[in-house]
Amino acid sequence: MADPQTLTVAVTGLNATDNPAPGVAVIRAIREAPGFAGRIVGLAYDALDPGNYLQGIADAVYLMPYPSQGAEAVLDRLLYIHARTPLDVIVPTLDAELPAYIRIADQLLAHGIHTFLPSEEGFARRSKARFHELQDKLGIPVPKSRTIADSADVFRLHEEFSYPLMVKGQFYDAYLAHSPMEAEALFQKVRAKWGLPVVVQEFVAGEEYDVVALGDGEGGLLGAVPMRKMQLTDKGKAWGGITIADPALERFLQEAMSRLKWRGPLELEVMRAKKDGRLLLLEINPRFPAWVYLAVGAGQNLPWAVVELALGRKVAPLPPYRVGTLFLRHSHDVICPLADYENLSIHGELHREVADAEVEGRGNDA
Amino acid sequence: MSAESTRERRLGHLALSESGFLFDPSSGFTYSLNPTGTHLLRQLIGGAAVTELGPRLAEAFEVTAEEAARDVAEFLQQLRELGLVPEELARG
Repeated sequence: MADPQTLTVAVTGLNATDNPAPGVAVIRAIREAPGFAGRIVGLAYDALDPGNYLQGIADAVYLMPYPSQGAEAVLDRLLYIHARTPLDVIVPTLDAELPAYIRIADQLLAHGIHTFLPSEEGFARRSKARFHELQDKLGIPVPKSRTIADSADVFRLHEEFSYPLMVKGQFYDAYLAHSPMEAEALFQKVRAKWGLPVVVQEFVAGEEYDVVALGDGEGGLLGAVPMRKMQLTDKGKAWGGITIADPALERFLQEAMSRLKWRGPLELEVMRAKKDGRLLLLEINPRFPAWVYLAVGAGQNLPWAVVELALGRKVAPLPPYRVGTLFLRHSHDVICPLADYENLSIHGELHREVADAEVEGRGNDA
Repeated sequence: MSAESTRERRLGHLALSESGFLFDPSSGFTYSLNPTGTHLLRQLIGGAAVTELGPRLAEAFEVTAEEAARDVAEFLQQLRELGLVPEELARG
């Protein structure tokens, strides 16, 4: 087993704009864990991802091929990185890259690189197109939904759904349609952007809660922190939130996780229906949310628990979190030396120890 | 579940500070209460019956019994609309 003092953990998702990826928050969490004193490698998709340049985040940054280039390309790149900067653990944080990581997990392990990921079936079942199976096969309450692949089907939706209803892309985007005409227009819009099938879902009015959680893969819940969004960006992303505690929500989570048998981190979006107070699972995001640092601030370092689980260590359920803890996001400008940008743009990698030393040297010379 | 245990569950859950800052942990919503509201909610959390609220308010704030009764009714109605107390309690 790797010595915690010399652990090298790679984390993906270093975009940190107004719709940030979770990577920077995950790295902050791991760095703050008392058991960690190693190195962090950032795996980025763009030389302009701000997380590449933040001081105290990644010791080294490597550019990655996009997941659309295939799992083999991802594996090849990771093995190149592993040869230069030996990795102990990788924590992927983006939906789109997870299928590739799940596929190559065994090969990574053969090279000594550990992960803690959902199963292929678990990952596929939470997709929007198959989400209704959570109710049908596992008995987890979800809003009624179905997929459609033909615009003619839109005009028959009133037989099963009442308006308004949600029209969703299979990967992303959700719109509210108030009429068949509007639903048809949204069907075309979503189809053009995300392909078929398009998902139609019952609209449930109510109060929405987001939960970051960690499952052990056997139905156990190792930690969970629910949050209500207090501030939203114009894309509807959380820009501030507060931890809450609700016994009914806790029971719902325990029950849902025992049925999902989810392995790894996830974000659950839960709606409390206004009309009858029942709880419904709206969505599962198969990775940490960008706001995961709130969980750390409230007392549950879920990212570090994932690192430990990946290494095969036993992790006990995390201690209770502090209710009423807020997070407020902010943005600030990161200053980047041209040489750092050049290194990432031309060579696809940046080694901060070297870069920082050079910056210091230039400072001394001046 | 009885109205009394529902009341205990809802009210016992609320976090009310001296300043009148109220946090409902189950919803995540926060509220700012004026001194009258703070006084009334503190009485309720402490287990006071609804019928006791008016006289206690009249005594604490030196208002007439009629004014106190009206304020109590309005406040309970607001609490009910916000889902902070059971409907049975708000109706008195």
